[in-house]
Amino acid sequence: MAGAIIKTKLNNGLSVLLKEIHTAPLISSWIWYRVGSKDEPTGLTGISHWVEHMQFKGTPTYPSVILDKSISREGGMWNAFTYLDWTTFLETLPADKIDLALSLEADRMVNSLYEPGEVASERTVIISEREGSENEPLFKLNEAIQSTAFTVHPYHHEVIGDMADLHSITRDNLYEHYHSYYTPNNAVLALAGDFNSKAMLERIRTLYESIPAGEAPARLNRPEPPVRGEHRLSIEGPGETTYLQIAYRFPAAADPDLFPFMVLDSLLSGPSNPSAFSGGGISNKTSRLYRALVDKDLAVGVSGSGQVTIDPFLYATTITVHPKSNPDDSLLAFDAEIKRLQDEFIPESDILRAIKQARAIFAYGTENITYQAAWLGFSEMFADYKWFESYLEKLAEVTPGDIQRVAQTWLLPQKRLVGTYLPDGKVSE
Amino acid sequence: MKTKHQHSLPGPADIHRFQTLNGITILSRSNFNSPSVVISGYLPAGSLFDSDGQLGLADFTAMTLTRGSLTRDFQGIHNALESCGANLGMSAGTHTASFSGRCLAEDLPLLLDLLSESLRQPSFDSAQVEKLRAQLLTGLSIRAQDTGEMASLSFDQILFAGHPYSRPEDGYPATIKSITRQDLKDFHQLHYGPTGLVISIVGAIKPEDAVAQVQRVLADWENPFQPELPLLPVFTPLKKRKTQRVHIPGKSQSDLVMGSSGPKRLDPEFLPASLGNSVLGQFGMMGRIGDVVREKSGLAYYAYSSLNAGIGPGSWEVSAGVNPTNVRKAIDLIKGEITSFVTNGVSPDELADSQANFIGRLPLSLESNAGVAGALLNIERYDLGLDYYLHYPDLVRGVTPLDVLAAARKYLDPEKLAIAIAGP
Repeated sequence: MAGAIIKTKLNNGLSVLLKEIHTAPLISSWIWYRVGSKDEPTGLTGISHWVEHMQFKGTPTYPSVILDKSISREGGMWNAFTYLDWTTFLETLPADKIDLALSLEADRMVNSLYEPGEVASERTVIISEREGSENEPLFKLNEAIQSTAFTVHPYHHEVIGDMADLHSITRDNLYEHYHSYYTPNNAVLALAGDFNSKAMLERIRTLYESIPAGEAPARLNRPEPPVRGEHRLSIEGPGETTYLQIAYRFPAAADPDLFPFMVLDSLLSGPSNPSAFSGGGISNKTSRLYRALVDKDLAVGVSGSGQVTIDPFLYATTITVHPKSNPDDSLLAFDAEIKRLQDEFIPESDILRAIKQARAIFAYGTENITYQAAWLGFSEMFADYKWFESYLEKLAEVTPGDIQRVAQTWLLPQKRLVGTYLPDGKVSE
Repeated sequence: MKTKHQHSLPGPADIHRFQTLNGITILSRSNFNSPSVVISGYLPAGSLFDSDGQLGLADFTAMTLTRGSLTRDFQGIHNALESCGANLGMSAGTHTASFSGRCLAEDLPLLLDLLSESLRQPSFDSAQVEKLRAQLLTGLSIRAQDTGEMASLSFDQILFAGHPYSRPEDGYPATIKSITRQDLKDFHQLHYGPTGLVISIVGAIKPEDAVAQVQRVLADWENPFQPELPLLPVFTPLKKRKTQRVHIPGKSQSDLVMGSSGPKRLDPEFLPASLGNSVLGQFGMMGRIGDVVREKSGLAYYAYSSLNAGIGPGSWEVSAGVNPTNVRKAIDLIKGEITSFVTNGVSPDELADSQANFIGRLPLSLESNAGVAGALLNIERYDLGLDYYLHYPDLVRGVTPLDVLAAARKYLDPEKLAIAIAGP
């Protein structure tokens, strides 16, 4: 039966979601673990991401050299991502080969080796990954903003972790983290594609139900205290380009203000995709900020977005300052647009426009089985799959009054950070 | 119970190809699984026409086209697009200027109207030209700080010295500053026209409707002055190793690109070289290069090889991002792998793995409308035949380890590599 979503839970607590899509002979399988950088105390920052890397280093059944090649040999695609709240591993394969992904994920949920030699070589790979990021001015600015925005909550640090911790985390730290969080009761397995749900569920039971449930994993409970006043910071680095970033708090996934905020974002800086995994976005040349900043030669680019997260994270607008202008003038123009949202009702037609944009974004995503499978599991990380199914309806319920209230509540100067990247002007030779 | 997907690969039965009287080629394939449509295409207006002093003119021109037409200004065009969640973009490469867009099927007539207005009646509004110039110049400043891009640019300069492929299509700050509004208008007037224009439309539309819709907006377009693309000069491969460094202060990682020339897309060595490249630096976690540089030595987050093949001479290059103190070590390791590759070639098992990968990944690469649209353009650009993807598995299976070795030896010589390094 195409279209309907089947959701069930195995005896060991593993949640399973299945959606049959018979448009191409492909199946995409995503396994999600409820662990991310928010589960990392100081001293262990970056450990979730490192564990994700180590999961590619093999088990007794699938040594890394075999693991490496088995998916590619079948013409499949695989990858993994670690974020603030979650870690996910995906495989998209020809439909008749999907058993490889299911067996592999069941195996590495419990049997990964974490050999010391592999830990050592992966340490330098991850340090190299971080050094590559540090080459980017916007990584440095984001990191400065994030660490200033969160003084208590573990959203404080970047997913990749602090360099000091990448040098000091041990093999035992990694293994313990793996065993604590990689349990069936802390995971969601979501598949979409060309299969029969009944047969697929049977196969999943066979492979996964014997894996014992683990203890409920430890969670850090360190809510961020209310923000008291505006923070300003600046960092300096190589280049000729100045960047300005303004970051407010963004509602948590369960907060009803999230939907008005999504409409507000669409209006202010162009539509964001509600999913972290999508089939492409829409430009923002008619957004209010583009018109106020780029059309007025104060900036050469502007972008903004909020991510859907378990705890309130950030709504950040990044402005690439025009070479003939300065960040102060950009901030003044930005503030005027925020004030306009606080003072004036937006037209109803802008809400309809945001809904149409969201409908197009969803349609582009449905061209691709991998993205459809992603939506199933992603929404389970903070709500459930119905969150996506009802997304357009939720947008349709938003009123101009809601947008104004959100602007008046969330977009206050005393609740924000303003960060500037100041280039040293040195150029390459 | 399995569903049959007899038509999952594009072929003559479902690719519709039509040529208009004024010289446009339209390719279309339906996909009603999603209510969206992709358009994608090109025409011969690339940077091969740019003089050295005005390098970037073709790209600047292409990017100006969607910034105002005789009937809609910048905001008018983008309001129409963004209000329905559609996209339309243009840029220029070396041989061609290209465009791509997507929309919900219900909005395709609008998207094609905007495409036609942009291609045929751009206004070259002065204020918009200056805004775009500032954006391009900022983009070039950012490029100058990007170790990966600068290593790649430097690699092309070494490998293709004296050949147009040595030049970046987006130009340099001085050349972008020198281009006037009149230059953009003149470039457009001379080079944009229906001759050689190819458009691919894939998605929730019947091919005959796609053809009719393109005809509606482009069938009466004429430009009798469109020149032929200039001939490429003869390319001479490097006679000895050449290294170039770009110093970018303040960076924590260096990027390196090293390699040699590669086959043209239509050379018989193309497919053997592609499969060999997969073994060398793609398959699994970035092939042999990834295994040695990343997995065994822990030197880099990324280390891979790529084969770039097009109309003219291609390149076969290895890229890696490493700590500045490890550059020498990484170069030696990569050189060692290239030496082993041209000495011993690939084993039958390695080749079989990559062959299985090339064949098995077809459904995935042709899943989205954009993937199919790109495949149709590929067929047209290189005249591969509408049945290309149907017999592609046989072509792949026909390659032997000896074919790979011969291709590797023809192009890669560890003593004659171009090596570019950008970093602190």
